[in-house]
Amino acid sequence: MAHKGKTPHVGSALSCTDLLAALYFSAMKNDPAEPIAPQRDRFVLSKGHGCTAHYAALAERGYFPRSVLSEYAQDGGRLAEHPSRASVPGIDVATGSLGHGLPIAAGMALAAKMRGDDYRTFALLSDAECFEGSVWEAAIFAAARRLDNLVAIVDFNRWSAMDRTDVLEPLAVKFTAFGWLATEIDGHNLREIVDALASVPSVPGRPTAIIARTVKGKGVSFMEDDLEWHYRPPNAEDLARALIEIGASGEVASGGRSPA
Amino acid sequence: MRNAFIRGLTALAERDDRVVLLTGDLGYKIFDDFAEKFPGRFINAGVAEQNMVGVATGLTLEGFRPFVYSIATFATLRCFEQIRDDVCYNDVPVTIVGVGGGFSYGANGPTHHATEDVAIMRALPNMTVVCPGDPVEAELAVAAAASHEAPLYLRLGRAGDPVVHHDPPDLRIGESIEVLKGNEVSLISTGGMLPVATAAADLLEAENVSCRVISMHTVKPLDTAVLEACCGETKALFTLEEHSRIGGLGSAVGEWIADSGKSCELTCFGTEDRFADTVGSQAYLRQQQGLSAEQIAQRVMNRLGE
Repeated sequence: MAHKGKTPHVGSALSCTDLLAALYFSAMKNDPAEPIAPQRDRFVLSKGHGCTAHYAALAERGYFPRSVLSEYAQDGGRLAEHPSRASVPGIDVATGSLGHGLPIAAGMALAAKMRGDDYRTFALLSDAECFEGSVWEAAIFAAARRLDNLVAIVDFNRWSAMDRTDVLEPLAVKFTAFGWLATEIDGHNLREIVDALASVPSVPGRPTAIIARTVKGKGVSFMEDDLEWHYRPPNAEDLARALIEIGASGEVASGGRSPA
Repeated sequence: MRNAFIRGLTALAERDDRVVLLTGDLGYKIFDDFAEKFPGRFINAGVAEQNMVGVATGLTLEGFRPFVYSIATFATLRCFEQIRDDVCYNDVPVTIVGVGGGFSYGANGPTHHATEDVAIMRALPNMTVVCPGDPVEAELAVAAAASHEAPLYLRLGRAGDPVVHHDPPDLRIGESIEVLKGNEVSLISTGGMLPVATAAADLLEAENVSCRVISMHTVKPLDTAVLEACCGETKALFTLEEHSRIGGLGSAVGEWIADSGKSCELTCFGTEDRFADTVGSQAYLRQQQGLSAEQIAQRVMNRLGE
């Protein structure tokens, strides 16, 4: 998608791919045949720039045909570089500007409490997004309203758009101080991710923060932990090398499966 | 208007269990009755307007109908991007309620003067902008806002705004209200300037100038049918607003004139492009900006004499 669309943020998508796989194929109660089922678990991609991974997860899960992925960042296509609401099934809210997703997710979680519904709401944030004050406004609010049905997953790939994000540390301690139950996991270990997500809600009245230690550009050796891939669209050669490395050399650039 | 708003909202919440009130820690005591009747639907979200608008968006996505309340400056400026991206881009029915339009919070100073809110709200796609002219309009506007299933900005005055309508008018979003009939000039007012407009009209009537007074409570979308009638049937249009002359009602009417190709005299009364540089009450600050009834009547006379 990023190759065909000539778009950036490949590294940001690859750092959260395992998290999305665990969410869509294990943790979340969801049904692609009924994408707005009232009792489904909710998901908000607060780091909207990582949307290629989200689009791919939705297609793989069966929310829409894989052929739709070829519309990404194309003139007149449905899939923008930051998701718009109801552009395709499975995307409930538009995101793109950082710091917006957690408050919205808190509203969805609050609605469940008000109605007595038992769905959970997951918001996927970037680490650098935690520089935004609105994240912490939401953190205070969610703890005050005892939203134990709310989960913030932070894709901690240690890069902002310009710098390392180490100054945010200790992030888990910050969430704990705000009244959340914070855990740290390896964001590429599916067993750890699945276990962490399955345990929610684990303490009555407390929202959960999962600090997922990840690697930007995970899975492609020449992209891993390299900020260059926050910006650079992969060319044909990059794409071919990357597909071999992730064991998907049969995939074509459009994102669809090759006929062979 | 503040008390009329909460009266209207409480009545509405009785009939509609989707209605939720969120406040940014403002409205001491005035929400007690609402909170007592609907404890689960009253949320003091704290002094955190960005989060409050995001939470309201999440609530609408789950079928609730939130009203988000704060002082107009904080309700629109602090969380402008949340209103744009969360509310308007997702096109969800959140009503943003700004109390203290214009110089309502006079002596509090320019941090509390809402004089750009209409301009920025009006610029947002999907947003409707409603500025009731008196407490009667404010109470009616609450019910109208609730049945309007889209983003809406409701700009109120404060406490003690004079009542203009002694018989409740029919208030519909996008349709202005003719308050006084007249055929020489049209005074088109929005928000709390309505009583100033009627007072100016009285002064002008004494000078034998027949004034049509329109309460253009909805600034977006504009009631262009009434503007067209004013253009055709009166000599000149005067817009009145307690808001910057940049981007508010006057600008909207000017844009309509330019786009429609009408030949129409237009004078815009509003605040100048500067912060209030003196301390004072709403009445005093209006005077400083040339927005008293006497100053407006005088300028209308001057304009007619040109």
